[in-house]
Amino acid sequence: MDFNFTEDEQMIIDAVHEIGQEEFEPRASEVAELGEFPWENIEILREMDLFGIPVPEEYGGLEMGFLLWGVVGELLSRYCSTTGSVFGAHMLCQYPIMAFGTDEQKDKYLRPLTSGEHIGAFGLTEPNAGSDAGSVATKAELRGDKYILNGTKIFISNGGVAETYVVIANLDPSKGTRGLTAFIVEKGMPGFEFGKNEKKMGWDALPNRELIFQDCEVPVENVLYKPGRGFRVAMDTLGVGRLGMAVGAVGLAQAAFDAAIVYAQQREQFGQKISEFQAIQFKLADMATEIEISRLMYQKAAWLKDQGESFEKEAAMAKLYSSEMVSRVTSDAVQIHGGVGYTREFPVERYMREAKLFEIVEGTSEIQRGIIANRLLREYRI
Amino acid sequence: MNIIVCIKQVPDTSEVSIDPETNTIVREGVPAIINPFDENAIEQAVQMVEEHGGKVTVLSMGPPQAEAALREALAMGADEAILVSDRCFAASDTLATSYVLSTAIREIGDYDLIFCGKQAFDGDTAQVPPGIAEHLGIPQVTFAIGIEVDGRKVRVRRLLEDEFETVEVKMPALISVVKQINEPRRPGIKAKLAAKKKEVKVWDASCIDADACLCGFDGSPTRVVRTFAPSRNTEGKKYEGEPKEVATAVVEALIAEKII
Amino acid sequence: MAIYIDKPKCIGCKMCIPACPYGAIDMVDDKAEFNENCTSCGACAYACPTGAIVLEMAGKGEVDTSEYEGLWVVGEINDGRMAMVTAELIGEGRRLAEKRDTDVSCVLMGHEIGHLADRAAGYGADRVFLVDHPALKRYRTQPFTDVLTGLINRNKPEIVLIGATSMGRDLASRVAARIKAGLTADCTELSINDETGLLEQTRPAFGGNVMATILCEFTRPQMATVRPKVMKPLEFDDSREAEVIEVPVEINEKSIATKILEVVKDESGSDVNLTEADIIVSGGRGLGDPKHFALIEELADTIGGAVGASRATVDAGWIPATHQVGQTGKTVHPKLYIACGISGAVQHLAGMSSSDVIVAINKDPDAPIFNVAHYGIVGDLFEVVPAMIEAIKQRRGDTA
Repeated sequence: MDFNFTEDEQMIIDAVHEIGQEEFEPRASEVAELGEFPWENIEILREMDLFGIPVPEEYGGLEMGFLLWGVVGELLSRYCSTTGSVFGAHMLCQYPIMAFGTDEQKDKYLRPLTSGEHIGAFGLTEPNAGSDAGSVATKAELRGDKYILNGTKIFISNGGVAETYVVIANLDPSKGTRGLTAFIVEKGMPGFEFGKNEKKMGWDALPNRELIFQDCEVPVENVLYKPGRGFRVAMDTLGVGRLGMAVGAVGLAQAAFDAAIVYAQQREQFGQKISEFQAIQFKLADMATEIEISRLMYQKAAWLKDQGESFEKEAAMAKLYSSEMVSRVTSDAVQIHGGVGYTREFPVERYMREAKLFEIVEGTSEIQRGIIANRLLREYRI
Repeated sequence: MNIIVCIKQVPDTSEVSIDPETNTIVREGVPAIINPFDENAIEQAVQMVEEHGGKVTVLSMGPPQAEAALREALAMGADEAILVSDRCFAASDTLATSYVLSTAIREIGDYDLIFCGKQAFDGDTAQVPPGIAEHLGIPQVTFAIGIEVDGRKVRVRRLLEDEFETVEVKMPALISVVKQINEPRRPGIKAKLAAKKKEVKVWDASCIDADACLCGFDGSPTRVVRTFAPSRNTEGKKYEGEPKEVATAVVEALIAEKII
Repeated sequence: MAIYIDKPKCIGCKMCIPACPYGAIDMVDDKAEFNENCTSCGACAYACPTGAIVLEMAGKGEVDTSEYEGLWVVGEINDGRMAMVTAELIGEGRRLAEKRDTDVSCVLMGHEIGHLADRAAGYGADRVFLVDHPALKRYRTQPFTDVLTGLINRNKPEIVLIGATSMGRDLASRVAARIKAGLTADCTELSINDETGLLEQTRPAFGGNVMATILCEFTRPQMATVRPKVMKPLEFDDSREAEVIEVPVEINEKSIATKILEVVKDESGSDVNLTEADIIVSGGRGLGDPKHFALIEELADTIGGAVGASRATVDAGWIPATHQVGQTGKTVHPKLYIACGISGAVQHLAGMSSSDVIVAINKDPDAPIFNVAHYGIVGDLFEVVPAMIEAIKQRRGDTA
């Protein structure tokens, strides 16, 4: 086991730290408050070639794996949670094309996603199909050399800003998961419109929109993998998605911790810095420990993925633990701040609102536990 | 069109402080960066070569660590990088520095334009660019905010105190640029990784045929004899409270002191 | 410094003749030869295509410093008027010259500038070198360098001061490099050492974090550019008289490498020459929106000041770059600097912290600008600035 990054990896990490501190962090609260998509930050990620970390060099990527992708994602989330989430959601479109796409599809879609020229999004969730992917009601019907899509997706991260969408639809709802098929859909294809952008508890700058398909025509060559095999595409993508959620949670928790430990050393009560009270010290120690556990968990899962090993269980564990961790840590950060922590003058109340999302998206905690248990029972079958 | 860009690695002045005990500059832990004005010079050169063809050579005088600044310049799109580094260059003032750089430029030989940032962030002298031009016997155009090439002629828009002056000069010439001329690109990771693999030539005094008497301490007519922390105003008064009251109080004080 | 002609190399092309501003080259037997007008300014050496004219530099310690005497101020002329910085330097020069028991000369280069000799005299110059030629109408590096170098070489002043303006920095650097003299940039303090008699030149470095005192021991003249508005001019007195020396020059327009095509005043029109302004009101990111610069302008108009800006607002395109104060913009030294909604990044402080009086208005009580402010107002600039305008107007009303 080696915890050292290579010189090249370290250079990238340092560069992201620098850009995060200089460009992202100062504007993060403003981005969230205004609720405007952080295009400036996305442009910076583009300039820095950061949209292609695990993508093969052949398609313009850096070919440096998911571990580095995770570390970079954590830093982005730490300095600007919105930017981190855009970065994560982008991969949910990039990854299935990279893993399942034909050479033509990769040439046409993966390349601009990797250069950052195009933003990507992944469309699975529907009003009646959240964690239960088999209930996807968006229908796909083969007509000549085109598939006709009808239905609505909701809560789609990067929806509207993305040019490229990997959308899961069902060829035959009676077949459940066996009818699922993945399609690459371009913004602007006839019959593809955007619906409302959800008003949420937090994350105002992150678009979560409806995708509306009304007799949307998608050429057959845009089927990703095989017709009827979309469940596999969706599940593999969600595996990476869970990894991304863990990454984002660790970044956000780290941001909350950074704020708390600085504030604790500035704020004086009863004639001393509150950091000198053991109650605060223990809180800080617990926060840091939990963050570190979560970090190691996502890094292990990402490392497994980079080794070509199965990583689904570890990714689910990382997602489960860190999504609950980030709620605790951000709540503690508010607590350490006291009254001002509850005001919008300080970012920690926002972190706390944002944290809750991690327990919900890419499978609730309950679903994660189910996935983990499933794998465990398979491993320990007697 | 071949452009030589002279750059300097400087400490990030926003993090420099002075040790009140010893009155020396505390440089430990201060990150080294490319002089920000030089980034504009590199950007300008890269853009112009992208448009007109040719190559960009970045040149720096400094200790071996200055190689990092040259790599950064390569990542920004420069084609070649040369570091002139020799113990005998140490303690060079602006005159000696411009002499050393001019000998290196003669060694490079083939150039149409030389770009510099208008001044270095640590010294703020703006004396090296004209010094180089003088040593090379070519015209200089300082404080450029716009550069346009027309055959062998260059039209340069200069940013002066309260006006813009456009001058025309024939190549070869030296041009120093101001911050506002462009927005330097942020090199991507790929460019940085590629720059790591490129060669940075290191030349010592003998490579550039520099006369040791004109370099470093011996070649520097000026000498810093003392450094000290600037006296900061510590008696400032702070006003807080009702805006009308504090505004009036300050205005009254300014009038009483006959400042307004 | 010495200059000589390497006769075998001279091909008799005569290219040096138009390059010489002093008419000091004759052709004798098809070879160039210097006459008594030669000032060793070096202009011809650059024009010579064969390297036949050689400038020889003295090494360190080879200059006989005792040959140099007198303090010179190189004047700056804009649109036929002598820049204030020139008067400031004559004033400072007087103080220094007294300690050296010598006098102050002012060099004025330009065209149709005869009337300015009296200005220089009125501000305290004992002697004025007047160089009047159409080619000097507007500053250009080459002819000014050639003329000034010649004057220095012939007259050997001990100290040469120039304003640290765009012109001064361009000219002084080039001249110093040509005559291999020591030059200190942008000085804010000058003094004469009692024992050595050397000029102690003090200047900020490292973005204003450090002050450095610099000497030129072995070369002459000791040259410095000096920050405008730092030194105090003498009260103008038209009874003062100066010896006026008119220096004839011959400058051939064709031999000048640069041509001025156009000069445009800054489009923002108003009194934007920050370096000359006595009062500056600056706006920063705290304005929140470019249209709020109107408030800054209103305050500036009320007290007769110029409008400045922080780098952040210029970068954001709220206001033209000519308004920018700071290390990447202009270094200013007004009597009063009012910073509105400027946090006070080091780069900004480097450009204005030497102002006589600083007023800062900022919401954040911990903003670094308050470390340099004489009057710090913690508050919302949108409330404080209008209140200040109101208060000033009211006072005016009272006294009127």
